[in-house]
Amino acid sequence: MTAIVVSFAPLVIVIGILLHQFNVSYQEKTYAHLTELVQKHAQNIDTFLTEKMANLRQTAVNNSIESLCESEFLREKLQNLRSEYGNMFVDLGVVDENGVQLAYAGPFELKNATYADADWFKAALPIDMFISDVFTGLRGHPHFIVAVKKYESDRGILLRATIDFKAFNSLVQNLKVGQTGYAYILNRKGEFQTSPPLEYQASPTGYEFFWNAVAKAKNKVLVTQWKDDDGTNNLYAVAGLKDGQWLLIVKQQTKDAFSDLHRMRMIAVIIFIIGGISILMMVYYTTRRMVRRIRRADKDKEAMNQQVIETGKMASIGELAAGIAHEINNPVAIMVEEAGWIGDLLEEEEFAKSANLEEFQRALKQINTQGRRCKEITHKLLSFARKTDATVKDVQLNDIIMEIVNLSSQMAKYNKVTIETKLQETLPYITISPSEMQQVLLNLINNALDAMEKSGGTIQISTKISEIEPGHIVIVIQDNGPGIPEANLSRVFDPFFTTKPVGKGTGLGLSICYGIINKMGGKIDVQSSPGQGARFRIWIPVQK
Amino acid sequence: MTTPNILLVDDEVPFVETMIKRLDKRGISAMSASSGDEALIQLEHHPGLEAVVLDVKMPGMDGIETLKEIKKRYPLKEVIMLTGHATVETAIDGMKLGAFDYLMKPCELDALIAKVREAVKKKHDHDLKIQQASIDKLMLTRGF
Repeated sequence: MTAIVVSFAPLVIVIGILLHQFNVSYQEKTYAHLTELVQKHAQNIDTFLTEKMANLRQTAVNNSIESLCESEFLREKLQNLRSEYGNMFVDLGVVDENGVQLAYAGPFELKNATYADADWFKAALPIDMFISDVFTGLRGHPHFIVAVKKYESDRGILLRATIDFKAFNSLVQNLKVGQTGYAYILNRKGEFQTSPPLEYQASPTGYEFFWNAVAKAKNKVLVTQWKDDDGTNNLYAVAGLKDGQWLLIVKQQTKDAFSDLHRMRMIAVIIFIIGGISILMMVYYTTRRMVRRIRRADKDKEAMNQQVIETGKMASIGELAAGIAHEINNPVAIMVEEAGWIGDLLEEEEFAKSANLEEFQRALKQINTQGRRCKEITHKLLSFARKTDATVKDVQLNDIIMEIVNLSSQMAKYNKVTIETKLQETLPYITISPSEMQQVLLNLINNALDAMEKSGGTIQISTKISEIEPGHIVIVIQDNGPGIPEANLSRVFDPFFTTKPVGKGTGLGLSICYGIINKMGGKIDVQSSPGQGARFRIWIPVQK
Repeated sequence: MTTPNILLVDDEVPFVETMIKRLDKRGISAMSASSGDEALIQLEHHPGLEAVVLDVKMPGMDGIETLKEIKKRYPLKEVIMLTGHATVETAIDGMKLGAFDYLMKPCELDALIAKVREAVKKKHDHDLKIQQASIDKLMLTRGF
């Protein structure tokens, strides 16, 4: 768990910081871009309007009212303007202070039309120059009016020009940002001054906020995010136009504006997921491997402990046995000696007539026999603990085995047992005590012979370089006798453990073997299942 | 054949005592000593002792030391080592130091007697040869 947290923390922190930095700088960049864009276009539009105003003013200043009132002259002027500035100027008209159009040049027949009630006229009358909002007016399609006032002695007129909506519209319509960004202009009432975006034709609401905000904003440009009524998040860049009467708005869906950012986020998320999965997998696998290793180490340690305990047990039992054997030896010798003395005395004449003479002699013989048995046991006990002929030599194991096999073959024949050998010929020489090795082999073969006393059978002896234990030679001695019951398997190497009838075995043979092999730095084990015979394996290290 | 006259050295007094009785019954006169020191004293007091049966393992002065001492003082006296199973090597060392032979303990009485007789015979042969040699030498000096 800690590993997961520790591994994840740097990943999360790095991705978080990078993402945040990128987010901030990208937003700044986008905002700056939009600000610049809007500012530039606002300037363009303002320039456009001022220019048109200046054109009209020029016309008004350069010509007298009288001449302006002549339709012919006016048509000429319109022609001039058009040729000079394109078809933006739709028509020209001269309107008197009562709102009556005195002269008109243009595609519509609007001479003598009355504008007294028109909004633009009311607004334009008190000021020198005027630009109206876009409206439909008398002619029934959108346009706006630029008007300039001219005074001459007692009389004043308004020179008005209609600016083509399409031409003006193109100024903002060409302004495209990304895939969803477009621009439009709103007036104070929130009416579109350019053709509105396709998605909504109705007057947009909620824009009042912009008016105040723009006025306060730095550089007179406001960039903000706004959630529309339909729930889409949009990025707005707003700038004032026409002395703050209009608003130029560039609107772009936030999603689109920050599409790079979104992509970046996606990449970050993907990296995070991939990284996370790798970390989890790593953590899982390393943990599992570690657990497995620890478990194996534990098992090894346990086995080792078991072995140490076993070896220690053997050693202490061995010492004990040697001590006991020694202590028993002398009393037994004395007892046998005393029995011998009694035997000597019985031979004298005074006892010859005794009725129980034979019985005495039998008893003494028995004491002698049992004394010899004691001696045998103590001798075996001692050889268990003591070094026999421990002088080591470089020997060929196969030779020792063949010697012992020859030695045992007579006995084997007697028991109807055949001894088969399968010896690997290229065994390296090993440095051991040959007499100890003989003792071990003899012991194992004798045990096998004893086991197959009734049934007869085969003993197989094989040697080879061990595959399980590198650097060891393995000797396998297998019989096909009755085998060893499972309950006894773990005890066969214990001293004094025997299944032979009392007086037949001391239970020391295998424990002596165990001690000898252990001392050689080797190992001995036994496998058996009842009815399948027993299989002893001995591993002996090969010295380099 | 003359009666062999031997010394039994062992710290197990009951063993020695019974042994002496049995040997006596079989025509071998034996004396006892329960330690190396005592053995040396006995040898000093009884020059007629012909062979020594010596236990290897004894408290105090052990068999090997006693053997060395005996051989130093009485090079012609034969010594038979008596050893337990665990001290065969010691007994073999004893042989190198001039012991006549060794026997494993507990040993058969007959084997012991046989060994003793051999040892005594060897000693007699030795003595005889030495006697003969000195006689020869004497004869030569006398100029017969």
